[in-house]
Amino acid sequence: MSERPSMDVDIVCVGFGPAMGGFLTTLAPALAELPSPPQVVCYERADGLGFGVSGVATRARGIRQSFPNLDPAQIPMAAPVGEEKIVYLLDPIGASRRPASLRLADRFTRRLANRELQAIELPGSPEFLHKTGGLVLSIGQFNQFVGEQLMMSGAVQLWPGVPVAEPLIEDRRVVGVRLAEQNGQPGMDIRAALTVIGDGPFGPVGRRIDETFGVPGGFERNEWAVGAKMVIDLPEGVALEPGTVFHTIGYPEPEIFGFLYVHPERMVSAGIFVPSWFANPVRTSYRYLQHFIQHPYLWRYLKGGRLRSWGAKSLLESGRRGEPWLVGDGYARIGEGSGSTNMLTGSGVDEAWTTGIQLAQGVIELLGERAPFTSENLERTYVARRRESWVEREGRIAENARDGFQSGFLKGMIGMGLAGITKGWFTIHQEPRPAAETLSSIEAYFSDRVPLKEIETIREQCRATGAPLHDVLMERSGWPPIPYDGQLLVTHQDALLVGGKVQATPGFADHVEFLRRELCETCLTQVCVEMCSGEAITRKEGGAPVFDREKCVHCGACLWNCSRAVDGRTNIEFRAGAGGLHSAEN
Amino acid sequence: MNIPYQIVVCGGVVPDPLQTLEPIATANGPALKNELLLPHVLDPWSAHALYEAAHLARRSAGSKVWLVSVAPKTKLQQVMMTIGQRVPLELVAIEGPASGFTDAADVAAALAAGIEGIAGLDQSRLLLFGGWESASRAAGATMQMVGERLGIIDQFQGVDELSVADDGALRILERIEGGQHQVSVCSGPPVLLGWATGNLPEPPNHPQIGMQNMRAIMPALQKARTAQISGGARFESVTLPKQQRATRIVKDKPVEEIAREIVTWVTAE
Repeated sequence: MSERPSMDVDIVCVGFGPAMGGFLTTLAPALAELPSPPQVVCYERADGLGFGVSGVATRARGIRQSFPNLDPAQIPMAAPVGEEKIVYLLDPIGASRRPASLRLADRFTRRLANRELQAIELPGSPEFLHKTGGLVLSIGQFNQFVGEQLMMSGAVQLWPGVPVAEPLIEDRRVVGVRLAEQNGQPGMDIRAALTVIGDGPFGPVGRRIDETFGVPGGFERNEWAVGAKMVIDLPEGVALEPGTVFHTIGYPEPEIFGFLYVHPERMVSAGIFVPSWFANPVRTSYRYLQHFIQHPYLWRYLKGGRLRSWGAKSLLESGRRGEPWLVGDGYARIGEGSGSTNMLTGSGVDEAWTTGIQLAQGVIELLGERAPFTSENLERTYVARRRESWVEREGRIAENARDGFQSGFLKGMIGMGLAGITKGWFTIHQEPRPAAETLSSIEAYFSDRVPLKEIETIREQCRATGAPLHDVLMERSGWPPIPYDGQLLVTHQDALLVGGKVQATPGFADHVEFLRRELCETCLTQVCVEMCSGEAITRKEGGAPVFDREKCVHCGACLWNCSRAVDGRTNIEFRAGAGGLHSAEN
Repeated sequence: MNIPYQIVVCGGVVPDPLQTLEPIATANGPALKNELLLPHVLDPWSAHALYEAAHLARRSAGSKVWLVSVAPKTKLQQVMMTIGQRVPLELVAIEGPASGFTDAADVAAALAAGIEGIAGLDQSRLLLFGGWESASRAAGATMQMVGERLGIIDQFQGVDELSVADDGALRILERIEGGQHQVSVCSGPPVLLGWATGNLPEPPNHPQIGMQNMRAIMPALQKARTAQISGGARFESVTLPKQQRATRIVKDKPVEEIAREIVTWVTAE
């Protein structure tokens, strides 16, 4: 291996998401005013700036602060939020595992209203859930829009396709980052006075910072979800106004929340969130998503539609409780990885963008003072702004809002409602547990539907073929097979190629590693295989999981889903890697 | 003998073929649905030409690479974020449509004018590279016309390899039928090469190259002139090839078995 190259810049940024968009959009014009502007570079793992995955309905307060005259028509797939509905979806097929109380309520409602009733549009949704005045966006398209503005400014450089491996730390000070090794060549060291970390909740730079500097008291990151989403071309004749937003609860499982956002040009984003507190150990988000879109309430719009793209991403749902040290000597953290997501309001983009603005304002102040990027200075200029802002206020209200879900769907909904209405004064508090502790065993979860002996046979058969168990077990427990139509209902693998267009840049090492293989070989659950969004983790003959980099969508779900926790961490390492989803519509 | 070449690569941008591409009819002729929504890539054939140019420039001290491109500025800028990290180059940006529904002669005229505008260009050192084909138009025709406008007589299309002999002569392998190559030897520049796939690898990302390139790329984009390019021919209809997917990803399967499965599948249709 040749000698490691090194390069000096002034500010190096890791990850180009909404937080970094907010940071650089605020910083760039200020840099143009300086006599000798600092050199700012941003490295993004994905092949393009628009290859993230998310369709959002956001209040867009931060975005509008940055673009006061924003015309949504400038951004493909953007529309002002119009009609918003919260819809309770009843179970049309009888396979959903609803608690007895909910089943009873469903039966009573159907008897009272209509035997064919499939959904209830809830009147008067609570104010805290509203996205009034906001935007329906494709984050992919929005990132492209922001990236174009930034590049044209000439003040910052954005480089996609460059994964960052780790921070450079010297004498407890972050002095830059090290890029990932490629083609056997050592990754370049990028040395900088300030490192801005926006690499998300499972980014290798942020996690290494936590390992090195520790985390604040009360810090926990036990609540996660896989968000899986399809962008769909609606069939001709379907009248859904752009900007329409549906939030759904109740189906395919009560624990799985869903959404449908309407974009212009007859496109919609439809998706679900599969949370870490959902006990099913074969929780494949793609399969659940297929059942979700076929719910009669949604299918009346989507039937005959065509899959444009598909993707999945892990969301850190611990909110403010997952906030690490926001700053230190030479570094600052923004966005989802900094604990900004608000799970009471179901909002992350607005908060992330705003934390970026706040850091940029702090950096501009320090540049003006010619003050160094020390922990104290960043605390004074960035953290202080954040603490005084709505991000902090609303984050505190949301802090314990979803704890009730640790004890079930109904308790969770009541807790959320209480927290929202009382602005966080009353909550149902319960310490969230890591996924490894909330997961059932396959035998326990399916004990009421599939005999133990049959589970054992299914497991043996799947081990022999390397196939996941989820399809077999779901169908055995009452879920109907998916009626593939080759357009919208396609196999998971076709969704990867047609929708996600997964790419793996050559020359990089595997970014998913099983730390202690002996634990994997004896693991009977292997959630990593069952929930893998790209079917990139499969069983090899004999049962141990294997990873295929060419199919990984970089959703990060394997990192927190592993049921084999050792010394407070899971048995999977998720390192820096290039590629992943290659669709700009998500 | 080391010759410091001046390598000019003509290369347009095309919508990323991995995105959803859907032809539609507009008042201005055929187009792709939501074309501005699509991320773009350097036309794959031009990309081969550019990478071959980069390798040759690295081997021949004092050589320099220009990329002359007719494309919408915003899309070219986005493509430069990737290309700009791999190849040391100077960009000549010309604002114009990227779609293939244009008149090749107009595109050729715009490219030739862009090349003629490069200060200090020396025909005795000029290697004009481009794609033999294109993902959006028949580049063979375009490149030939660019060469004619610049007075370059020695033209080679479907090139897979270029090597430089000790005396400076250029040995060129052109694709011909049956997987064969025609070998030509040319005494030296000026010469036009329409590249097929070439055979040298895509250079890896290099942050320092990116930093150096970007200093000149942004000004080049800002001062890009708009080319007068007409729609040219009238298109009666445009369709994508019909395709039916049946995807299964397997690894380490013997070739014979894959072939057998494909035959079974095809004959069953």
